[in-house]
Amino acid sequence: MKINIRMVFLLLLVFPLLVPAQDSLMNLLKDKKLPVNYAEATFKTSRIVIGQSIENPASGNLLVMITHHFGALNTGYENLFGLKQSAVRIGMEYGLTKRLAIGFGLNTDRNTWDGFLKYKVLRQKSGGKKFPFSLSLFANTAIYTTKWENPDRKNYFTSRISYCFQALIARKFGSRFSLQITPSMVHKNLVPTAADHNDIFALGGGGRIKISNRVSINAEYHHIFTGQVVSSKIYDSFSTGVDIETGGHVFQIFLTNSMGENEEGFLANTTGRWNKGDIFLGFNITRIFTIIEPKSFRE
Amino acid sequence: MNKYWIILMITAGSFTSGYTQTYVSKNGMIRFYSEASLEKIEAVNRQVNTALMSTTGDFVFRVLIKSFNFEKAMMQEHFNENYLESDKYPEATFVGKITNIRDINFTKEGSYPADVEGKLTIHGQTQPIKQNGTLEIKNDAVTAKAKFSILLADYRISIPNTVVNNISKSIEITVEVMMSKLNK
Repeated sequence: MKINIRMVFLLLLVFPLLVPAQDSLMNLLKDKKLPVNYAEATFKTSRIVIGQSIENPASGNLLVMITHHFGALNTGYENLFGLKQSAVRIGMEYGLTKRLAIGFGLNTDRNTWDGFLKYKVLRQKSGGKKFPFSLSLFANTAIYTTKWENPDRKNYFTSRISYCFQALIARKFGSRFSLQITPSMVHKNLVPTAADHNDIFALGGGGRIKISNRVSINAEYHHIFTGQVVSSKIYDSFSTGVDIETGGHVFQIFLTNSMGENEEGFLANTTGRWNKGDIFLGFNITRIFTIIEPKSFRE
Repeated sequence: MNKYWIILMITAGSFTSGYTQTYVSKNGMIRFYSEASLEKIEAVNRQVNTALMSTTGDFVFRVLIKSFNFEKAMMQEHFNENYLESDKYPEATFVGKITNIRDINFTKEGSYPADVEGKLTIHGQTQPIKQNGTLEIKNDAVTAKAKFSILLADYRISIPNTVVNNISKSIEITVEVMMSKLNK
């Protein structure tokens, strides 16, 4: 008995020395609350291929994007398989806050100016707080500024305007795979005939698979519900390409059946068909400039 | 006899535990810096967790990679996505010792040189590391400071050929953590 008591005290005394001190110190540093881990870089830039992704430029950052589509591949050697034509959009986007971005662009297609707002409503997160997907809302206005097609009749400025509203719902599955669902509505103030709808609904989406840290394969599809555009024959838009990130730039090189470079253009005005060879080679070049440094960086 | 044993043990036990002091910080700072011909890279993390045991010199660090802030948001994204792969390796740790802890008097204010030795884990790679720093004791707080360089290649952080001239192969790391007594 006496020995036992001695043994117990002896053990109590040396016990702290038996526990690996560094492990217990490390456990001391484990956060009681898990930090919230927001899904970042669901896509490399603000477009999946030709349409909007959930990404915005970071707050205080200016994104400059040059979009170029060549002519159709099926136009033959005379036309150098489309190299002789081009449609260009030069655009800028700026992160006003962490969640809100404003942007505008100039399109060579009918000298169209477009302006938009994009707001991150919900952000996918894991860890201390969990939410399964990200949601952004997008709204734009496009105004074409070429001469009236029918100058003889009474024309209104508002006839030049169209709008597009989109909900961008995306999820990043692990670090390599991301998927987005994009319901869209285009409103055209003026349509060619009474049978054409002013409001055109589409359901689309896209995704990317990273094949390395800097290269991904992307695809995007938008289905236009039938019976909405009657006076001309339009088709669903499908685009596929690669994202190549080089540090300062993101290059997106793709094939698409849409010549249009803004939402109204490729959602409600895609006249090309993949199986007929109406395929356009195109690219986006994105560059980001830091205008305002984050406050947290400096003391 | 028995009684004396018990008294001796209790005295010795309480003496040991009273003498041992753990110092901790949850908002230490680590800054890193590298300069190459084209690009200056600088980032700061002000949420560094550390703990130091004054008797044994055991010293540990725990750092969330996503808590590093950069001047350019795009650099921060690339740092997390392409270089440190923070989804796969969310934290960096250091587990080691101040080997000359006997020379540091925690009850006397002053600045003491500290020899630190241990294992640094970044990007899932663990490397032995041995550096010198200082410990400043003031008003019951201990401030640890160190400045050293590591090679990116040691931690298998690869730089693609296209930007190899933009990024320096070694990174200068500055550590400054003010720790206070635990539970006091």
